[in-house]
Amino acid sequence: MLAMNYRGPRRVRADHKPLPEILHPEDAIVRVTRSCICGSDLHLYHGLVPDTRVGMTFGHEFIGVVEDIGSSVQKLKVGDNVIVPFNVACGKCAFCKQELYGNCHESNPQATAVGAIFGYSHTAGGYDGGQAEYVRVPYADVGPTVIPEWMDHDDAVLLTDVVPTGYQAAEMGGIKTGDTVIVFGAGPIGILAAKCAWLFGAGRVIVIDHVDYRLEFVKKYAQCEVYNFKEMEDPVLFLKKITDWYGADVCIDAVGADASGDALQTITGKKLLLQAGSATALHWAINSVKKGGIVSVVGVYGPTDNLVPIGNVLNKGLTIRANQASVKRLLPRLIDHIQAGRLNPKGIITHKVPLEEVADAYHIFSSKLDNCIKTVLIPPSAKK
Amino acid sequence: MENTTNDYSHIIGWGFDADPTNEPTHPMKKYTGDDHKRLNYERSVQQPLTVEILHSNERPNITAVFGTSTPPSGLSGSIRRYAFKHSENEYLHWLPLLLADRVNVVEGIVDDLKRGHIPNIFAEKGWKAKWKHNPKGLALKVATGVALTALVFFRPKKSKAKKA
Repeated sequence: MLAMNYRGPRRVRADHKPLPEILHPEDAIVRVTRSCICGSDLHLYHGLVPDTRVGMTFGHEFIGVVEDIGSSVQKLKVGDNVIVPFNVACGKCAFCKQELYGNCHESNPQATAVGAIFGYSHTAGGYDGGQAEYVRVPYADVGPTVIPEWMDHDDAVLLTDVVPTGYQAAEMGGIKTGDTVIVFGAGPIGILAAKCAWLFGAGRVIVIDHVDYRLEFVKKYAQCEVYNFKEMEDPVLFLKKITDWYGADVCIDAVGADASGDALQTITGKKLLLQAGSATALHWAINSVKKGGIVSVVGVYGPTDNLVPIGNVLNKGLTIRANQASVKRLLPRLIDHIQAGRLNPKGIITHKVPLEEVADAYHIFSSKLDNCIKTVLIPPSAKK
Repeated sequence: MENTTNDYSHIIGWGFDADPTNEPTHPMKKYTGDDHKRLNYERSVQQPLTVEILHSNERPNITAVFGTSTPPSGLSGSIRRYAFKHSENEYLHWLPLLLADRVNVVEGIVDDLKRGHIPNIFAEKGWKAKWKHNPKGLALKVATGVALTALVFFRPKKSKAKKA
C-alpha cells in the first residue's frame, strides 16, 4: 500500500509499505478515504518530538471504510464508514471510564505522560497513522464512530481532531456569558477555538497571529477581532490596553511548540532544542489573562521542559487547564452542532492533495504557502 | 465522595467539606471515583509481543495493545534502549531519544542506499512546491547555501596564505 514515510526533519515521501494486519482481537483495519495534515504533525515534521523514528507513517486525522475486524469487535461491521478519533483508547481503564479518552492507560507503553495517538511518534505509542491507504485501528469498539448518512465526509474528517480540540479549548476556558477570550494562533485549531468560543457565550473573541492571510480567514470564518503581533512592540501590553487594562477573562494557547514571536524562545526551543519547543504563545497567554483568569492549553509541546512565567501563574491566581481533546466524549455534541448548522468544519479546508504528493503538501502547510489553512490528503484507493 | 474502604472515623471532621461537584477537571472528566481503584480495572487481552517494544519504567508492564511501527534497530536502537532505562522525569530519557532520532536519519539514508534506492532529498523536502509557490525563497535558500559552502572552502586557503 501507499503510505507517508518519515525520513527525518522536513523530509517525507510517499512509499510502498506492507498492508497492516489484525494484531489483536479488538482491532479493525480501515481503508482510508481522507486524512489531514494537522498543525501538530508539523512538530514531528520539524523534529521537535523525541522518539520520532525514520520509517514511521504520520497521520492522526483520518476517516475510512472498515475492511476487516478482529474476533471481538461487535459494534462495527465491514463496510462501515467511520470517524476514527485521534486518541487510541481502551474504554476500560480508570481514565477512559471517566471520559478522559486522551489519557488512556492501556494503549501507550512508551510513556505514561501521554496517551496514545495514531501516527505520532513512539512517545505517543508507536502506531502507524492514517496518511496511508490502510491503517490498523486498535480498540475498534471504543473510538471509531459510524459517520451519519447525512454528513459530508469533508466535515467528518475534521471531527477526528481539529473540531473537538478547538471545541475543548473553548470548553476548558470555562467561558462565562460576556467573557473576553483571546486565542493565540490562527491555525486550524485556533480558528475552531475562536468559532467555538461564541458557542459558550463569549462577549468578545480576539485572535492573535503573525500570518496575515490566516488572520483574514479567521476574521471572516469566526467573526472575530484579529491582530498581527508583528505590528506590535509588545503584544501583551497591546492586549492589556484593548481589554480595558484588565486582561482577558480567558486565554487559549492554540499554537504550541512551533510558536514565533520571541527570539529567546525560538532559539532555545526550536533551534537548539534546549526546551520542548518555543513556549511564546503560552508565555503571552499567562501574561495577557486577568488575575484569577483561566488559561486553556491545547497547543502541543514536547515532553521535556519549557520556559514559562510560572511565578505569574501563582501571583495572579490563574487556573491552567489543558489536555488532549477527548474526541469520543465530544462527538455526539459536535455532530449535533454540524447538523444544526452551528458549525461548518469543511469551510477551513483549502487544499486537497493526492497522497502521492505528501512531501509537497507538508512543505506548503509548514511554510504557510498558497494561503494554506487545512490540507486533506486523498489516498489512491479512496475511490475504491 | 468515593468508594474508599478505609475507615477514617477516628479523624474528627473527616470529609465534612467534601464536595463531589468541586472537580476542577469538569467537564473534561466525568468523576466516578475509579481513580482510587488505581490499576485494578479489567484489561483487554494482551496483544502478542511480536516486535521489540521499549516501555516506560514508570509503568509495571506493557499496555494491552501497542503500536508495532519501526521497532528499535541499529545504533539508534541501542541509544533508545539506553534512554528507556531512565524515567520520563529524567533528561537522560529524552535527550538520548532526540540524539537517536538524528542518528536514525543517517541510518535511513544508509538503508535506502543498501536497497538500491537513492533518496531524492529535494523532493522529500517538498522543493517542487517551494519552486511553484515561493521561487524567491527557494532562490535565496540556494544562494545562501552556495555562499556558505564557498565560505567554508575559501577560509582554509586564506589562513594557509598567511602562514606562508
